[in-house]
Amino acid sequence: MTEPFFQVDGLNTWFFTRQGVIKSVRDISFDLRRGEVLGIVGESGSGKSVTGMSIMGQIDEPGRIVSGSISLDGQELTALTFEEMRRYRGRKIAMVFQNPLMTLNPLMRVRDQMYEAISEHEDVSHREMHDRCIEVLKAVGIPSPEERLNAYPHEMSGGMRQRVVIATALLLGPDMIIADEPTTALDVTIQAQIIYHIRRQIDERGLGMIWITHDLSTLSELADRIMVMYAGATMEIGTTEDIIGSSRHPYTRKLLDSVPSRNTPGEKLRQIPGNMPSLLSLEKGCPFASRCERATEICSEPVPATQLSATHRIWCYHPFEG
Amino acid sequence: MNEMIFEAKDLSRSFTVGRSALRNLANRFLGERTPTVLRAVDNVSLTLREGETLGVVGESGCGKSTLARMIAGILPVSSGERHFRGEPYDSLLARKRDALKIQMVFQDPLSSLNPRLRVGEIVGEAAVLHGLVPRSRVKDYVVDILARVGLPADSISRYPHQFSGGQRQRVGIARSLAVKPDMLICDEAVAALDVSVQAQIINLLMDIKRESGLAMIFISHDLGVIRHLCDRVAVMYLGRVVELAETEQLFATPTHPYTRMLLDGMPKISLERRKFMPIQGEIPSPLNPPSGCHFHPRCPIATEHCRRTRPELREIASGHVHACLNVEAL
Ligand SMILES: Nc1ncnc2c1ncn2[C@@H]1O[C@H](COP(=O)(O)OP(=O)(O)OP(=O)(O)O)[C@@H](O)[C@H]1O
Ligand SMILES: Nc1ncnc2c1ncn2[C@@H]1O[C@H](COP(=O)(O)OP(=O)(O)OP(=O)(O)O)[C@@H](O)[C@H]1O
Ligand code: SF4
Ligand code: SF4
Ligand SMILES: [Mg+2]
Ligand SMILES: [Mg+2]
Repeated sequence: MTEPFFQVDGLNTWFFTRQGVIKSVRDISFDLRRGEVLGIVGESGSGKSVTGMSIMGQIDEPGRIVSGSISLDGQELTALTFEEMRRYRGRKIAMVFQNPLMTLNPLMRVRDQMYEAISEHEDVSHREMHDRCIEVLKAVGIPSPEERLNAYPHEMSGGMRQRVVIATALLLGPDMIIADEPTTALDVTIQAQIIYHIRRQIDERGLGMIWITHDLSTLSELADRIMVMYAGATMEIGTTEDIIGSSRHPYTRKLLDSVPSRNTPGEKLRQIPGNMPSLLSLEKGCPFASRCERATEICSEPVPATQLSATHRIWCYHPFEG
Repeated sequence: MNEMIFEAKDLSRSFTVGRSALRNLANRFLGERTPTVLRAVDNVSLTLREGETLGVVGESGCGKSTLARMIAGILPVSSGERHFRGEPYDSLLARKRDALKIQMVFQDPLSSLNPRLRVGEIVGEAAVLHGLVPRSRVKDYVVDILARVGLPADSISRYPHQFSGGQRQRVGIARSLAVKPDMLICDEAVAALDVSVQAQIINLLMDIKRESGLAMIFISHDLGVIRHLCDRVAVMYLGRVVELAETEQLFATPTHPYTRMLLDGMPKISLERRKFMPIQGEIPSPLNPPSGCHFHPRCPIATEHCRRTRPELREIASGHVHACLNVEAL
């Protein structure tokens, strides 16, 4: 196995709001190899997008990376200036934001936005920019790409906007892509088309990919490894087989139970009782304790990591038997 | 049977694309070539009864959101009729602005929430204006609704951008539910939610439907969710409804070739490596739709006839309609 080319170590990203400190990401560590897909799943609001935006250096006030290291090919990203990071973005790492409007300017035609993404980094002719745009738009399954280049974002459907954002991320052939819910608004046919194309980049060019999603079925088929997050912290990380096939963590198990296809149609879906705790008032113990059937007194103490196997690591005092 | 709440007859909506409005005006005077017209929704008829949930599925760009916005009364139609409780929209809205008790949860929550308002105001304001709750009690009212969609009470003093994608989506749902609509249109409303929060929201919607007879139109790419929640399902392809049936019937015996293709692709959780296949051939474009049956370039059983003739919807079993020239019966 190759060495990781990308590492996150002990990342903490907090928002210092008037109401208090929102600890969105707490002590997250993981790595990524070339040609590998790491899936991130977890409760809504658990810090998945903030993790991605931290890597991209796009955390705005009053948020800040409080501690931790993020390195790509030995380069420490948290040490880069804003200008240096800007040159990294797009060319070395690209992010497909969950909200297409983070990337798309509503007042600009798709063509101008895509050209701008290229010309910021490379000096190429209009002809070449045009051809490259058409190529990536085709790859993500946009019909009539020539005409669509003329469109404004609001003239496209939600799924088309999402595809334009994916296409833009592919434009410069980055080493690594962080895709945040990239295919949630897409039907399975188009999803398959996009994943097929990205899979080729992964296998042929050694693209490293972080795929943030709640779509466990896509992930189960695409990811090499999966990280499960809850309330800003990692609950479990391992190979896809470790997580989907033999999860040992109470939260992961509950999550898998809630999938509609594992429930009886028309009846109530199994849901996890209660809600995620407010990130403003986290205790030092396991954040899942208030909703966990296996919780005992010790769960209110900080939870250490347990290495279950070479690939499988878990944060829980009472994991299920293997 | 429950009372009819909504009826649409031959709804169509076209857009002029690729040029600015100014340019279009100039074209008209200068007599340049006519701009491209995109038919996003093409002669769609639907009905919905109290307490009923109608699912709408179909490829990205096939016109689901456009249809939804017309039904919600926020997008004018190019042609066709809309009735709410038997009354045409125009006369209804002329009589009373808020007589159309339809709410919509938008596909893109960020652009539908006012960024300058706090969540407390976003969710509570309309309820106060509609007289559903006195201003003095609105805070409790909002906290209660937020709890039902799984958001903590301290959310009320935060702004939309301070939430995660899925949390914002739930703010949108809370806002719609706060005014106690008779009918709710959910456009990919649970797409950004993890499965457990998604289950919570779906259970909540099913509860409200049982308690108050809420009628729903539910647009989603997630066929698992559609199957779980909906009573009937409409399948759209390039602006047209190609099949409509009761949910179990549709999933058990889909008849239209497109529906079959769609259901075949339904993903499952498995450890088998699925082969993600590229789309074969050209993806049909709404800007230049194929002649006759729009599906013919991708249809495995297409004939010459399909290239020339537009299939009309017809009933092939009780309550089960489809638009295909070659599939005769179940
Ligand atoms: N700008 C901000 N100011 C304050 N809090 C924020 C801000 N952005 C995010 N948060 C909070 O940080 C937490 C993590 O947010 P994040 O967007 O990473 O969640 P997520 O895991 O991506 O969720 P989802 O699945 O819903 O997209 C959330 O609880 C959110 O409320
Ligand atoms: N304001 C507009 N101007 C021009 N074209 C538009 C406009 N709104 C929608 N369209 C076009 O209408 C077609 C249908 O769009 P719509 O948003 O209804 O699709 P959808 O079925 O909701 O797709 P998705 O699943 O991707 O959200 C698309 O081709 C889109 O580009
Ligand atoms: S540490 Fe305790 S509360 Fe947390 S998941 Fe494990 S058993 Fe449950
Ligand atoms: S009408 Fe013809 S092309 Fe269309 S779905 Fe039926 S068989 Fe296929
Ligand atoms: Mg997110
Ligand atoms: Mg849509």
